[in-house]
Amino acid sequence: MSEELNPREGVIHPEVRAPSDESERGPDGRRLQHAEAASKPIRADAPREPQPRGAKIKGNRPIDQGEAAERFLAAPLHQKAHDERLWDVRKKRDAAAHGIPEWEELREIASQIKAHTLTHLDDYLAQFEAAAKANGVHVHWAEDGAAHNRIVLDILQKHGAKSLVKSKSMLTEECGFRHFMAAHDIDIIETDLGERIQQLDEEEPSHVVMPAVHKTRLDVADVFARTLGTDPDNDDAHYLAESQRETTRPLILKADAGLTGCNFAIAETGTVVTCTNEGNADLSGNVPPLQIHSIGIEKIIPKVEHLGVFIRLLSRSALGSPITQYTSHFRAPRAGTEMHMVLVDNGRSERLGMEEFWTSLKCIRCGACMNTCPVYRRSGGLSYGATYSGPIGLIIDPTFNKRKYSTLPFSSTMNGSCTNVCPVKINIHEQIFAWRKVLAEEHQIPLLKQGMMKAAGAVLSRPAAYRAAISTADSALRALPRFAVYNPANTWGKKREMPHAPRQSFHAWYRQNRMNKDGQS
Amino acid sequence: MSAREAIFARLKANRPAGDYPLPAVPDFAPLVGDDLVAEFTERLARMGGRVERAGSPADPFAPVRSRLAGAAVIASAVPEYSGNRDLRAAQRPQDMADVDVAIVRARFGVAETGSVLFTESDLIVNSVAYLAQHLIVLLDPADLLANIQAAYKRPEFGQSAYAVLHTGPSATADIEGVLIHGAQGVRSLTVLLLRRTAPGPI
Ligand code: SF4
Repeated sequence: MSEELNPREGVIHPEVRAPSDESERGPDGRRLQHAEAASKPIRADAPREPQPRGAKIKGNRPIDQGEAAERFLAAPLHQKAHDERLWDVRKKRDAAAHGIPEWEELREIASQIKAHTLTHLDDYLAQFEAAAKANGVHVHWAEDGAAHNRIVLDILQKHGAKSLVKSKSMLTEECGFRHFMAAHDIDIIETDLGERIQQLDEEEPSHVVMPAVHKTRLDVADVFARTLGTDPDNDDAHYLAESQRETTRPLILKADAGLTGCNFAIAETGTVVTCTNEGNADLSGNVPPLQIHSIGIEKIIPKVEHLGVFIRLLSRSALGSPITQYTSHFRAPRAGTEMHMVLVDNGRSERLGMEEFWTSLKCIRCGACMNTCPVYRRSGGLSYGATYSGPIGLIIDPTFNKRKYSTLPFSSTMNGSCTNVCPVKINIHEQIFAWRKVLAEEHQIPLLKQGMMKAAGAVLSRPAAYRAAISTADSALRALPRFAVYNPANTWGKKREMPHAPRQSFHAWYRQNRMNKDGQS
Repeated sequence: MSAREAIFARLKANRPAGDYPLPAVPDFAPLVGDDLVAEFTERLARMGGRVERAGSPADPFAPVRSRLAGAAVIASAVPEYSGNRDLRAAQRPQDMADVDVAIVRARFGVAETGSVLFTESDLIVNSVAYLAQHLIVLLDPADLLANIQAAYKRPEFGQSAYAVLHTGPSATADIEGVLIHGAQGVRSLTVLLLRRTAPGPI
């Protein structure tokens, strides 16, 4: 696939069409689009528009996602660029999935491996721990985020470490790691470009894979001018990325410790696997004299051979590329250094006991459900006011705080597209509805929405019919089918008209134009 | 009760009912044709890397000559080329900060994705593969595997302290989707197809 990816569809909104194309090209001069690259230039251009900020957090009060979404919608350049960008990634994911004949079988196997592992998690964690210890790794257990932070602080203090470089980790976001360490005078440096932008702007990441996807280059230029001293009038993406590289490199070289997250933890070998495009997990793990890996206990898979399933699914689902630039397997310490692994529960073992929700623990954080979600694309990740946003956020945020996140399961049109793209086959939209019921029963939601619940229940009480309806409507359409917008289960989108429908759906176009010509990309 | 005991107790108590056997993973037919070199070359190019065939036996490095000629510091982990930075004498990973070009040999390549694998013994100093500005990778065409599934049957993953698949150079598109090479790690990755002369990996 390349720029010829549906030239007729014309989905790029004229206001975000880029005047030029700065992306890297391959040896043959063809435009490249691996990593998080867009398949065609998308650019939010002048006039400058202030970046819409995320949901207003008021202690434990329920998040008003709709209010933040309205502000995002009121910033048309940001909204359109965000929407186009994520939709583009979604299309690349489709093309990558179509390129593998066994795609559906892989999803099924991945889902079954996860179900098996989660239902035997104590055994596999014990196996992982024993293997890691035999490899010379120090293993720690944390019941919650606060314990994780204290354990890491303790390791750092024992080594007299004052600075730590880290790669992207949603788990450490969950733990409030950066804020905690700031209070203890430890310098934390994010090394993923998107995450670094967010750190410098004192904002949370808005997407699990692309933390700064809601920002335009002008926003980044502002942040870097303010924090790194770059030229405020230079918004060239190459200049900005290079400025970040040049300013971060010395910090990496000086850092006392390095920390990575974990995409997969292999029970049989005690290995932590990270998938990145920048190589920053490898810098964090291989440069500083002290190495720490933070691992959510649900990341375990039994054997190395299972990576052959998950690695094939992850980057294709996330970005449409066959693999990330770096797939790194950390198993034992480098000679003369210490390697620590912190296994973190933070609500996971409780979630395992929730009959309707435990399968959400299968999530491999690919972000595909977010990219395909019309609500997410049009409101931005920060509107959810939680660590996890988009469809996956709706079903796991309430497990962290039922009251604060009680309204989130209503930020969905219930079109089911998230479920269709999930590489581990989590029944996301059904869990969203199940949460609505739980929260209604526990009176966590306002009466208005409880009224909506009754109407929604009528539709969803016939799940087979509903499922059939959403799948024949090819539920990830650019614009939602009318019935999905106007069905009573949609508690989000009635007023918010869905934008610019393509003349033809991607699937229909794909089947017509590419399947026969090019079965594999 | 320790944190470990508490977590294990909850996991046991909360184990979902039902039988969830571990599925067998079938051997999927490779998505690539028989010409693994051509497939590898094409796939790696799409991921931002490039592949060159070695020059004549007298001058195998000819295709990357210009890259090497422009480099002040060359760190070589391979017997086929002597650089001017001795990796084995390095005291700290940070010593690699000024390396312009690193030359390393891959254990194997993967045609389906255009990836190459290194372990800590191939790199000698792991950090050189990230702190160097450019990476030149020697790969014996006989070491090409068809797909990722085949790769994960190799013993390196159970034996090495560190094993890493590189698929092209360091890349980011975190700013408006504009693809940029050299985000944090190497700015370019070139694979030079060159048979092993020394005996294979230990
Ligand atoms: S729920 Fe599924 S689609 Fe969403 S991030 Fe997790 S694995 Fe990906």
